[in-house]
Amino acid sequence: MSESALPLPSPAKPRLNPAWAILAVAVCLVLARPILPDALMRPAEILILPLADWINAFFTWLRDDLGLIHVTRAFADGIEWLLDVTANILYGKNRWPRLGPLPWSVVALTAACLGYWLGGRRLALLAGGTFVWIALMGQWTWAMETLSVIVVAAPFSVLMGLLMGIAAWRWHRVEAVMNPILNIAQSLPHFAYMIPVVVFIGVGPKAGAIVTIIFSVPPMIRMTLLGLRKVPPEVIESGKMCGSTGWQLMTRVRIPTARTEILVGVNQVIMQCLAMVVLASFIGMPGLGQKLLQLLQALKIGRSIEIGITIVLLAVTLDRCSKAWAERQPTHHEPGIGWGTRHRVLTTWAGLMVAGFALSALVPFFAEVGRGQSLSVADPLDAMMTWVIVTVDPVTQWLRWFLITWVLIPVRDALLWLPYTAVLALLAAAGFAVGGWRSALICLGFFGYIALTGWWDRAMITVYTVLVAVAVATSFGFPLGIWAARYETRAKRVLLLCDSLQTFPSFIYLIPVIMLFGVNDVAVVGAVVLFAAVPLIRYTIEGLRGVPEAMIEAADMSGATRAQCLRHVRLPLAFPTIMVGVNQSLMFSLFMVIIAAFIGTQDLGQEMQRALSSTDVGKGLVLGFAVAFIGLMADHLLNRMADSRRRALGL
Amino acid sequence: MRVRLRMAGGVAALAMAATGALADSEDPIVIPIHNWSSQIVMSHVVGQIFESMGNSVEYVSTDSQSVYESVRLGDVALEMEVWEGAFGASFRAALEKGGLHDAGDHDAVTREDWWYPMWTKDACPGLPDWEALNACAAAFATPETGESGRFLGGPVDWLKHDQERVDGLGMNFKVVNAGSAAALWAELGSAEKTKTPIVLFNWTPNFAEAVWPGEFVEFPEWVEGCDKDPAVGPNPDKTYDCGNPANGYLKKAAWDGMKDKWPDAYTMLTKISFTNPQIAEMAKLVDIDEMEPEEAAAHWLEDNGDVWKVWIN
Repeated sequence: MSESALPLPSPAKPRLNPAWAILAVAVCLVLARPILPDALMRPAEILILPLADWINAFFTWLRDDLGLIHVTRAFADGIEWLLDVTANILYGKNRWPRLGPLPWSVVALTAACLGYWLGGRRLALLAGGTFVWIALMGQWTWAMETLSVIVVAAPFSVLMGLLMGIAAWRWHRVEAVMNPILNIAQSLPHFAYMIPVVVFIGVGPKAGAIVTIIFSVPPMIRMTLLGLRKVPPEVIESGKMCGSTGWQLMTRVRIPTARTEILVGVNQVIMQCLAMVVLASFIGMPGLGQKLLQLLQALKIGRSIEIGITIVLLAVTLDRCSKAWAERQPTHHEPGIGWGTRHRVLTTWAGLMVAGFALSALVPFFAEVGRGQSLSVADPLDAMMTWVIVTVDPVTQWLRWFLITWVLIPVRDALLWLPYTAVLALLAAAGFAVGGWRSALICLGFFGYIALTGWWDRAMITVYTVLVAVAVATSFGFPLGIWAARYETRAKRVLLLCDSLQTFPSFIYLIPVIMLFGVNDVAVVGAVVLFAAVPLIRYTIEGLRGVPEAMIEAADMSGATRAQCLRHVRLPLAFPTIMVGVNQSLMFSLFMVIIAAFIGTQDLGQEMQRALSSTDVGKGLVLGFAVAFIGLMADHLLNRMADSRRRALGL
Repeated sequence: MRVRLRMAGGVAALAMAATGALADSEDPIVIPIHNWSSQIVMSHVVGQIFESMGNSVEYVSTDSQSVYESVRLGDVALEMEVWEGAFGASFRAALEKGGLHDAGDHDAVTREDWWYPMWTKDACPGLPDWEALNACAAAFATPETGESGRFLGGPVDWLKHDQERVDGLGMNFKVVNAGSAAALWAELGSAEKTKTPIVLFNWTPNFAEAVWPGEFVEFPEWVEGCDKDPAVGPNPDKTYDCGNPANGYLKKAAWDGMKDKWPDAYTMLTKISFTNPQIAEMAKLVDIDEMEPEEAAAHWLEDNGDVWKVWIN
């Protein structure tokens, strides 16, 4: 039955595939390990390049001799001025224009009106409710500190992304240069960015804003490029026929037509900004992230979960609002209707503003929720945590023993036992099998770099953690995805849960997993698994639900049972999408492994943490590239696999 | 409270202008805060004293190791807690590069060493003696350390030489490094729930003393040269065969430019000196009494006027 649905694979060529030959070399190297010379076990001393020193020398030259620090500091001062303005308005920092802070009730009403205008009553409730929650939980100032940075960083990212996207679209050479940079930038761990930012910008809100901008620009560039590419030639033709100039063609024809993609880019920027809230506080971004780290440091889990909920609520609100904005089509009114009717929401908002300011002037509660007036759900949350930990303790003790003794230590030792030459040969063979010589060289290049940095063992430990985590995540994420994809409503609910898990600040997960498993690799894998499972579940659901109805009906008609239909029709067709999920899962795991250094690891993440605390730019970037290259290699292999699968399916 | 301070500040500024003293710059003094409560409250205490002298103050959260680079460059003006053990190395490295200097010691002494919470004594009654600890190593065994006991150390970049000490004293322990202080407390908090014996890295003054009563393990006393000369200490062949110094310094550090830019604030800074109980009190206000750091600082200033008012004049 599968043969009828899918085209037959091309008959195998009789010639020996070089992939097998390279694999044979790898196997020989493994078998010959006891008699292997040291130089083939681990890269010899002379091979290891002092890359960190070179990068540091380069950066010192950039900073001091070229005087780049003056440029960056001047730029940062400009950003700081903007940040001061928003900070004054939102939480009353003592800077120009000295108007703020806005009362919370006014902000909440504005958010509700905006929500109503974009998406009706439900969005109004979500947007308004989020700000009411923030105020009532006594987190107002911190949330405003966070937002004061985001409202500067996000528009800046959007603008920069738009300009760079247009440049890449306009000039092929720019795209050719930008593409690899974007690839690396999107797989570089966050900490690697931060170290140069500390050196060139300093610490504080401005550094937080700049690191957020750097982190959130790439998706905007990509989406702009994608949108501009998709503009149909007919639209351009008609634009030209109307006699538009080049500028008009861009601003009035191309960008409006690419609107949907560009707004998806805006949405991505906002999500990335929120993802940076906690991490950027390592270099001085104030607000929720900073408070969260302080609370975790004092082991106040309940209160840090409250902040986590706030971040999720903000993310969901901003996500829904920007999506509603993307889907919103311009409305056209009957001629002759008055201004007031056309702008009903705007007039209502103006009215509510007056009421809000008046109310907060009269009743201080509506201007600022004082201490002692705020609510807290921390105590029940803490009690629940304690109960869970004590109850499941026997299970976790056993699980911890089992995993460490029988799974984790053997896998780790096996990976460390392998000669590096064997690993390189193995990867080259895998590369060849999926994409010929080019892929083999790419794989070799990425891991060859790691061998040359001298961080081989640590990189292997990172690889081991990621592999185990993704394997565990697959073992439950994949069935869960299949289960959830069965019904539309169930799928929606699980996807919502995935979204929330993903925006929940990752640092909060670290503490409960330590409390459950202790400081060891089980806790690390546990924290990573949570993140690795999310994209797997999401793409499994989306892949399965994306299978054309006609295909399923055809299977039903030929009398396939549900299991047969799943195995022979739906899963094969969803396979390329699921591969995207596996790919994302690996990427997420790599990011999380680096953060899991805060639990205690011996991998690249731990060294990265050290580099951050000693502001060692060279070391940080060398390690960052190592992590990025692991990700890019996996990305390359999986993409190749998915592509060939897709071609075989004729998609 | 804040309004009152600001008014007082205005008066002080006027008074200063009248006497013709060289006034402090109007730029805000940027004070770094980290992620533990005593440092945050102490920074706010000092910041509020600066405000009462007429200065404007801003706080910025930074990493506690990379902060010395920021002090050196003048991005932040000072650092209130330079721990000998934890930050001595970063401080000295920045000192060598130039740009910051030592602005005097606090009265408080710091101690960082192996430590256990009280319930551990049930499983190992001979404590705090290190030989007794070694004798009941099995009580601290975990799956990843096998037969040996586990010592939960701080992050590797704190450079604590625990492994060297285990080797030097021939202890049946393995060192597992946590990745952050939060990880230490999470383990300790979960051990408390099941009353599991645990020995880990801890320090004083610290909020943990108030939450979990406990004691330091008594190792052979620190002798000068124990870390460099193998002959010093009980083991003639190894270094680090002793405990950490029980009275490390707690310093303040200042940016070199601070003296000229804010002369009065700088003079005050050099006079500041907190004691161990005062620091513990500041941490307690936040960690146990659930105050916000700014409130805790205001509260502390109100209660301890006789301590800090003498530093201003």
